Amino acid sequence: MSVRQSLLAILDQGPCYGYQLRSEFDRRTGSTWPLNVGQIYNTLDRLERDGLVEKADHDTEGQIYYRITDTGRAEVAGWLGSPVVRSTATRDELAIKLAVAVTLPGVDIGRVIQVQRTATLRTLQELTKTKSATDAPESSEDLAWLLVVDSLIFAAEAEVRWLDHSESRLARASAAGHAAPLPLSTEVPKRGRPAKIHTAAGAK
Amino acid sequence: MSDELLLQLDGVSMQYGKGETAITALSGVDLQVHAGELVAIMGASGSGKSTLLTIAGGLTTPTSGEVIVEGEWLSTMAAAGIAALRRRTLGFVFQDFNLIPALTALENVTLPLELDGWKRRKARSVGLDALCAVELTDRADRFPDDLSGGQQQRVAIARAIVGTRRLILADEPTGALDSTTGEVVLRMLRGRVDNGAGGILVTHDARHAAWADRIVFQRDGRIIDESAVPSVDQLLIPATGA
Repeated sequence: MSVRQSLLAILDQGPCYGYQLRSEFDRRTGSTWPLNVGQIYNTLDRLERDGLVEKADHDTEGQIYYRITDTGRAEVAGWLGSPVVRSTATRDELAIKLAVAVTLPGVDIGRVIQVQRTATLRTLQELTKTKSATDAPESSEDLAWLLVVDSLIFAAEAEVRWLDHSESRLARASAAGHAAPLPLSTEVPKRGRPAKIHTAAGAK
Repeated sequence: MSDELLLQLDGVSMQYGKGETAITALSGVDLQVHAGELVAIMGASGSGKSTLLTIAGGLTTPTSGEVIVEGEWLSTMAAAGIAALRRRTLGFVFQDFNLIPALTALENVTLPLELDGWKRRKARSVGLDALCAVELTDRADRFPDDLSGGQQQRVAIARAIVGTRRLILADEPTGALDSTTGEVVLRMLRGRVDNGAGGILVTHDARHAAWADRIVFQRDGRIIDESAVPSVDQLLIPATGA
């Protein structure tokens, strides 16, 4: 949803046309999450449907400008004033991978963690190298870009810390004999997809 | 990074105590640091990271193995010779800065030069160059108490690279600093390395280690370089008895 809200917040600065919105979003986010024009127009259509923006004039080149409505302004204020709540239900690919891997026989989970940590540290080094090329920010665009890079750096650091923590938790659990792989459960779930009824020929 | 080797540890082991109560802090550690290279050592508390640093700096003699600093084998040198080598070639940067409170920033930086017999005027000029490299020329005559934590650590970096010193051994240099100030210090450290110094950065923080060219881990007294990505086969434990 943050793309929708961000575009709306940019429109609060004045009417824009689609391509212009795309470049405004890019320069305010360090071009980290590029949007295609199709996404922009889809979002504008939905914002218009919801009464948050309306079509304004078009210029001599035929570009259609969109203008924020009062309802749209209230939505922007609400967005900026409220926290982003990250749903715990959002799937985390890495957490799922480690959780499943730890239950499987024949997988060296320590190495799985190591491979991931090496990759994440490499990402962290790349991000740091990118950041170190810029001294103090000299414009709002620089500052916005640095905030995004910092966010990626802190997220990668958190991942490394979690991997370290998982590694020592695994070592403790192994020592206590609580890290044995899980065989398939003998308790079969009661509900499931019913078996296909075989035809007489198929049942042979 | 150049081919010039500033520091080499060959099979370095360190054991405290003897017999059954002996504790092995380091076990057969090999490590190389070239000019223009910053190597980060990560590891849990008590993994022997700081021991490694004091051995690399000639402050502690290892139980076995060789430490070679700028081509000089420490095992063949007397204590006075090692101290002189330390003054000329390497500098420590500690978490708590370790500046002498009664000396100004510049005097702290020039102290190793003066102990090494440099003329005061020459030492002062070279010390100012080092302070300039960490952008602190205007604080040269301030005492440590008049400087912020970040500025004190930058003085410590200047002291570590003053004159002919090119090997920086940093032990959690940002540990006592807030994250923004810590970043300024790491940026300075990185800058010195990019200008031809070499360094070891001991840290438990991945975000700080990421300023290094190479990250190694110290675990159970050994150095583990995880940078080589293993093949998929290595992730699977071979089935036994099949």
